[in-house]
Amino acid sequence: MALYRVLSSSPNKPANALQSTLLNMQETIREPMVQDPTQFDVLVMPNLYGDILSDLCAGLIGGLGVTPSGNIGANGVAIFESVHGTAPDIAGKDLANPTALLLSAVMMLRHMGLHGHAKKIETACFDTIRDRKVLTKDLGGNSKCSEFTEAICQRMKDMD
Amino acid sequence: MFSVLFLISINKQQNSVGRKKIDFCFIFFSVVTGSWGYIKFERPHQCAIKLVCFPASQIQTVTLIPGDGIGPEISNAVMKIFEAAKAPIRWEERNVTAIRGPGGKWMIPPDAKESMDKNKIGLKGPLKTPIAAGHPSMNLLLRKTFDLYANVRPCVSIEGYQTPYTDVNLVTIRENTEGEYSGIEHVIVDGVVQSIKLITEQASKRIAEYAFEYARNNQRASVTAVHKANIMRMSDGLFLRKCREAAEKYKDVKFTEMYLDTVCLNMVQDPTQFDVLVMPNLYGDILSDLCAGLIGGLGVTPSGNIGANGVAIFESVHGTAPDIAGKDLANPTALLLSAVMMLRHMGLHGHAKKIETACFDTIRDRKVLTKDLGGNSKCSEFTEAICQRMKDMD
Repeated sequence: MALYRVLSSSPNKPANALQSTLLNMQETIREPMVQDPTQFDVLVMPNLYGDILSDLCAGLIGGLGVTPSGNIGANGVAIFESVHGTAPDIAGKDLANPTALLLSAVMMLRHMGLHGHAKKIETACFDTIRDRKVLTKDLGGNSKCSEFTEAICQRMKDMD
Repeated sequence: MFSVLFLISINKQQNSVGRKKIDFCFIFFSVVTGSWGYIKFERPHQCAIKLVCFPASQIQTVTLIPGDGIGPEISNAVMKIFEAAKAPIRWEERNVTAIRGPGGKWMIPPDAKESMDKNKIGLKGPLKTPIAAGHPSMNLLLRKTFDLYANVRPCVSIEGYQTPYTDVNLVTIRENTEGEYSGIEHVIVDGVVQSIKLITEQASKRIAEYAFEYARNNQRASVTAVHKANIMRMSDGLFLRKCREAAEKYKDVKFTEMYLDTVCLNMVQDPTQFDVLVMPNLYGDILSDLCAGLIGGLGVTPSGNIGANGVAIFESVHGTAPDIAGKDLANPTALLLSAVMMLRHMGLHGHAKKIETACFDTIRDRKVLTKDLGGNSKCSEFTEAICQRMKDMD
């Protein structure tokens, strides 16, 4: 893996207005990522590295069950999705955690410019989780999917 | 007792701060006991002369490459600790600055190659790769010269050096000769570049069998092959097949397979579920550093490179730290733990255990720690604390 660094004639001056420094993943991303992920902001990378890092970062925040995802295409197409599995063992039993799909839907609202609604839903979701009273099993509680959903809906009614 | 002394070598060296060091090495034959021995008289920085004596049959010579930056001082620390542990190791120091050989090809100095070929075992500090020096990285040169096909990194949580992860105890085994780092790239048309990931049956078989052999020799319960054969069906598929075939020969070791992205996801949530991991080059490059991060970083992680023909080079994988070089501030833990790995590789388990215990106890105690470990002691003080612990053990 090559080390890319934009070199300028004067080391202290950025080579262009947006100083772009593509970091060597080997030495500067993965090890610091598990030691202090707060130092990172937006990371852009080729396919394989993204496959790896996106899952790694999902792990840092709790796994694929709580991680949103969006896919941007040409011609204005965009598909937002939960990236966890189908969980056939709990399918149809009202046990699933809808957080990942919900946060992906919030991402979708923001993409569409509907920031107000996005903020409202996201806040209700995060507050419900923070409250720790009504949580699905994977989040450490023993509530049903419908109960978790109802708790979020109730919060939004209370906001109005 | 009546002994005959034969002078076998005088070794004059200058250390990184210009101080002269002279070693006189003798072998002696005792007429009374009929045994051969090895004596070394040293004049180190102080004026005292030290006498180190071993039965000749036990001593093994190891090539030492101190490296650049903090390399010499951490190498000195390791040598001092080994001496305090009375490890039967004789160090043969060599430099590996790249030179141009006949035909203009870059190579490591002949005396370094000769030493490694003779001794088979080496310990190496960090090497700098000057940008635009015109020659390939020294690490790459060493890898090619000795066909270092397996990079082994045991990652064990260190008590006293807290990280967000506890009870980590895994080993990454990385195929180090081919894969995504084959270096074969070409331009198809302007703006379109192709890079070849080379996977061969021979290299995959070799690394897979090494992984199982390592697991067996080190009492590890399982080996997990890390791959993306769902996407790279032919290349990772071949690698995976060779791992499965090797698993058949080592039924006493459990074998599992896992996708690389799943490994990364699970690794940051619960690394205790992993044992030995074997994988191709790029994945190993990534995972070995990731796992080093879990236990505290490259400053405390040991590493070993296994080559063909019995060659093995153990090394610290952190940088040369030029900003603190020569200031007695460096942390020798990574190089020391690599040297402990080396002792185990050589079958010297008793000495390995002694040094490792002294090192870990010193860190756990948290009284004498270098700055990166959260203390404010000097390298020499940390080294002395470890030496003192070993003296107290005796």
